[in-house]
Amino acid sequence: MFLGVLFSGGKDSVFACRRAMETDSVVCLITVISENPDSYMFHTPNVRWAHLIAEAIGVPQLLWSTRGEEEAELSDLRDAVAAAKKSYGIEGVVTGAIESVYQAARVQRICRELDLWCYNPLWQIDQVEYLRLLVEEGFEVIVTGVFAYPLDESWVGAKIDDRLIRELESLQKRYGINPSGEGGELETLVLDGPILKKRIEILRASKTYENYRGRLTIEEARLVDK
Amino acid sequence: MILIVDLCHKAESLSKYEFVDPIASIVRRTGSEFKVRHFSELTAKEIERSDGIVLCGTPLKDDLRARRIELFIWIRDFDRPLLAICAGMQVVAAVFGGEIVPQPKIGLERIEILKETDLLGPPGEIEGYHLHNFGVTLPSGFDLVAGRAGQIEAFKHSGRPIYGIIFHPEVRNKWIVERFLDLG
Repeated sequence: MFLGVLFSGGKDSVFACRRAMETDSVVCLITVISENPDSYMFHTPNVRWAHLIAEAIGVPQLLWSTRGEEEAELSDLRDAVAAAKKSYGIEGVVTGAIESVYQAARVQRICRELDLWCYNPLWQIDQVEYLRLLVEEGFEVIVTGVFAYPLDESWVGAKIDDRLIRELESLQKRYGINPSGEGGELETLVLDGPILKKRIEILRASKTYENYRGRLTIEEARLVDK
Repeated sequence: MILIVDLCHKAESLSKYEFVDPIASIVRRTGSEFKVRHFSELTAKEIERSDGIVLCGTPLKDDLRARRIELFIWIRDFDRPLLAICAGMQVVAAVFGGEIVPQPKIGLERIEILKETDLLGPPGEIEGYHLHNFGVTLPSGFDLVAGRAGQIEAFKHSGRPIYGIIFHPEVRNKWIVERFLDLG
């Protein structure tokens, strides 16, 4: 089946893409760029670098812009998916949704309206086991945004590894943080992994952090051979 | 041994991660032994040896199992606990002479439990995640457990521990699967 993946360049969309590539044909990566930094639906920090990850994976990217207002954002997503159906002949959409009924139900409705299959291959996955799987399978993922207590400045730009996963597991028990960050606690960017033919090298980036909200803004990056 | 049956249109599909693995994960956490089989590969021996069976849901556009009801005739004689989720409930309804009717619903909704059962407990209200294009009519020999005629949320065979629920317990209501495992 020809599939389009809703793609931000974060770990969930990249891992969902990997799973889809194992069973079906991923023919495009659909990236919606929101002008609203607190977008309801879309991962925002560094999403402008998703094109580099798409290029590294070797699948065409369909870019779509939204102002990021709650309901308009949905109609923009619908338009983006409709454009992917028209341009790439997709028969289904893949998302990286894990727990968010809000996100999953909205994408399901859009797919139903457009007569497309909808796949959520990370749905209800144990989040700590999932993070371990990402590392085991060779994904290099960094934290590009933190938005919750008690995540301090050291998290911004940190690589997801065994130590960080143990820390997230402990924060889940103590503070109810979603280890995968789907509750908006943290956001990520994939720099390398088994479906990337090249890796992303960050050449210049800056950090901001205040009151448990921090971002790593990538200013310059490139693809390099592995 | 609990038999978890994948009702998706083909074995090892991308949908298995979404509709089968979450059920397997709940069963695994309870320490119960289980086996996952695609509905097209089920054998009479596996059915006979199981202590209970879960029929899982499918994507909205997936309706192959509804066209292969003859593969589920064994349910008529099955006398151990059976939990049929969403597409599974449609299969159970069809096997026992009920109808599969258009009734699309997506998202979280309140569910009224009308009748006390070992699976859903006493009457009350819960919230459940729905993802279906079709609902069912009540087959003869079944009791309405939750919802109402025209919007059946759960039913139970009047003489056997065969349950159908149209919502997805693996989302927000994992306790239902855990209670099912205690029925045996």
